[in-house]
Amino acid sequence: MRLLHDTEGMIFMSNIRKAFENGKTFIPFVTCGDPDLETTGKIVREAVKKGAGLIELGIPFSDPTAEGPVIQGANIRALAGGVTTDKIFDFVRELRKDIVIPLVFMTYANVVFSYGSEKFISTCAEIEIDGIILPDLPFEEKKEFQPICRKYGVDLISLIAPTSNERIAMIAREAEGFLYIVSSLGVTGTRSEITTDLASIVKVVRENTDIPCAIGFGISAPEQARKMAAVSDGVIVGSAIIKLIEKYGKDSAEVVGEYVKKMKEAVTE
Amino acid sequence: MENGRFGIHGGRYIPETLMNAVIELEKAYNHYKNDPGFDRELTYLFNEYANRPSRLYYAQKLTSALGGAKIYLKREDLNHTGSHKINNVLGQALLAKKMGKTRLIAETGAGQHGVAAATAAALMNMECVVFMGEEDTKRQALNVYRMKLLGAEVIPVTSGTATLKDAVSEAMREWTSRIDDTHYCLGSVMGPHPFPTIVRDFQAVISREIKSQILEKEGKLPDAVIACVGGGSNAMGSFYHFIEDKKVRLIGCEAAGRGIDTFETAATVNTGRLGIFHGMKSYFCQDKYGQIAPVYSVSAGLDYPGIGPEHAYLHDIGRAEYVPVNDGEAVEAFEFLSKTEGIIPAIESAHAVAYAIKLAPTMDKGKIIVITLSGRGDKDCAAIARYRGDDIYE
Repeated sequence: MRLLHDTEGMIFMSNIRKAFENGKTFIPFVTCGDPDLETTGKIVREAVKKGAGLIELGIPFSDPTAEGPVIQGANIRALAGGVTTDKIFDFVRELRKDIVIPLVFMTYANVVFSYGSEKFISTCAEIEIDGIILPDLPFEEKKEFQPICRKYGVDLISLIAPTSNERIAMIAREAEGFLYIVSSLGVTGTRSEITTDLASIVKVVRENTDIPCAIGFGISAPEQARKMAAVSDGVIVGSAIIKLIEKYGKDSAEVVGEYVKKMKEAVTE
Repeated sequence: MENGRFGIHGGRYIPETLMNAVIELEKAYNHYKNDPGFDRELTYLFNEYANRPSRLYYAQKLTSALGGAKIYLKREDLNHTGSHKINNVLGQALLAKKMGKTRLIAETGAGQHGVAAATAAALMNMECVVFMGEEDTKRQALNVYRMKLLGAEVIPVTSGTATLKDAVSEAMREWTSRIDDTHYCLGSVMGPHPFPTIVRDFQAVISREIKSQILEKEGKLPDAVIACVGGGSNAMGSFYHFIEDKKVRLIGCEAAGRGIDTFETAATVNTGRLGIFHGMKSYFCQDKYGQIAPVYSVSAGLDYPGIGPEHAYLHDIGRAEYVPVNDGEAVEAFEFLSKTEGIIPAIESAHAVAYAIKLAPTMDKGKIIVITLSGRGDKDCAAIARYRGDDIYE
């Protein structure tokens, strides 16, 4: 297990590692509060039951610039439903009474910054959120939040893109929790084909770190997931799940669960 | 300046996918800004194509009507395409061309930047795609036609509030999906580094000219320079060469919409707070959870919830003042300047005129005010008529 040294010299272990201990991991993404937090809770519990190894909980943002139309829609629905950061913290507190798998927040820099970075990150630690993914926080701006994340033992997840090239090694060397490898150019959303040479990216990552790599963006079908899992440690799916939630609304927990089961089987094969 | 910081503001808060693109842009810019050949080409385009230098006009009738400081108008409205936007666009298009890019994408609010980008693309044989909020495509239908006439594709943006901020978001999304042949020609002194610096440098021609023109006409520097501020490109261009001249007051006029005590405002410095959005740390109109607020102004070009990071810094250190001007004041100034000087200003620029109308009478006759008229007001006539209850069609 990897050890992290925080600013005070204390040592702790990343809980996220647990998600990758039993073979390839399937990571579903849901936007908290779409269509309401009660449904999000049901979806998360069902996904855990059906084999999700880690869950990405989206905190909605008014202007999610890294998202395609599907997840933008989830953000709008959740905010229109009145969800806030504080309500999501309470929701996770409740969730943690029975959910033990690693959980990470996925949101935008301003949601953390505006809440008060220290207040946000210390609350994450308190409610046992294991990591934070901020798609608008590249390597060069990590210092905005990293010292605070270290202080509270919350992993700040780094992303690697198809355009990262010579930046891969630099990002990988300082990565925490897991590395989020963006499969394709563009924003989130399902794609029929992924053409990036992901195996080569993962190879460079492996030369620089032993933390797990999960691939996301554009993946929806089990066949794609199988291919992605073959070259990495896990697969992340957002838009395909959000589409199900959009379609089935408050009754989506079961269908999402079935989908998670199918995808978990695909990545483990 | 590490990662393009202005004090605590600026930076580059963007997806990893775009990092190499902005680094490449920064390198190219640092190379060409010191390249005499590039400078020659750009100066040629400024002078021969865009009609620079723009006039610094002594507004004698306005001055005597107000009975105070002597007022000069920096006539960016007389530039080709009708606003200061052409300065930045010619610079960026030329830079993009040198970088081997064949396609420009741009956001636009009122359509002035979109028209300028489409113009430069036509001139330089580049493909051009402009993102414009669907609301704005309706408010500014004539500019949509102009862009199409110039050969650009206009994509109406329906996400979010379907206005300028959403057009910026959509242009950023497009850039992450197509980087190799595409340059994002950002229209203001905002966004991730190096855009605030690049756009400022291309717009700084405004203050460079004001300085030499006023010294020639008056033999001294102005006491105040006044410009309207949305993202802040014409203001930054107007202020830049006066920043070191501490006695020159620099005044940015924000669009207060229906007033800074209402939610229908776009006055970022006056009502916003520190945040991180659209690639930069700066001041933004937002709620307590950091959700970006829907903003409002009669002026589509100032209808933006943020402000460029260098303005945020000039505000922090007290070097520039940012004052709110509401819709009613701007519309009155729009009408007043038209009647007194026979110059119809853009409704954006009318915000600067409105503040000068308040300020000039409080100053001695020996003092000098320069107002930057960032654009011409033809595009606004139908909207202002409607504001006055006269339902005319464009």
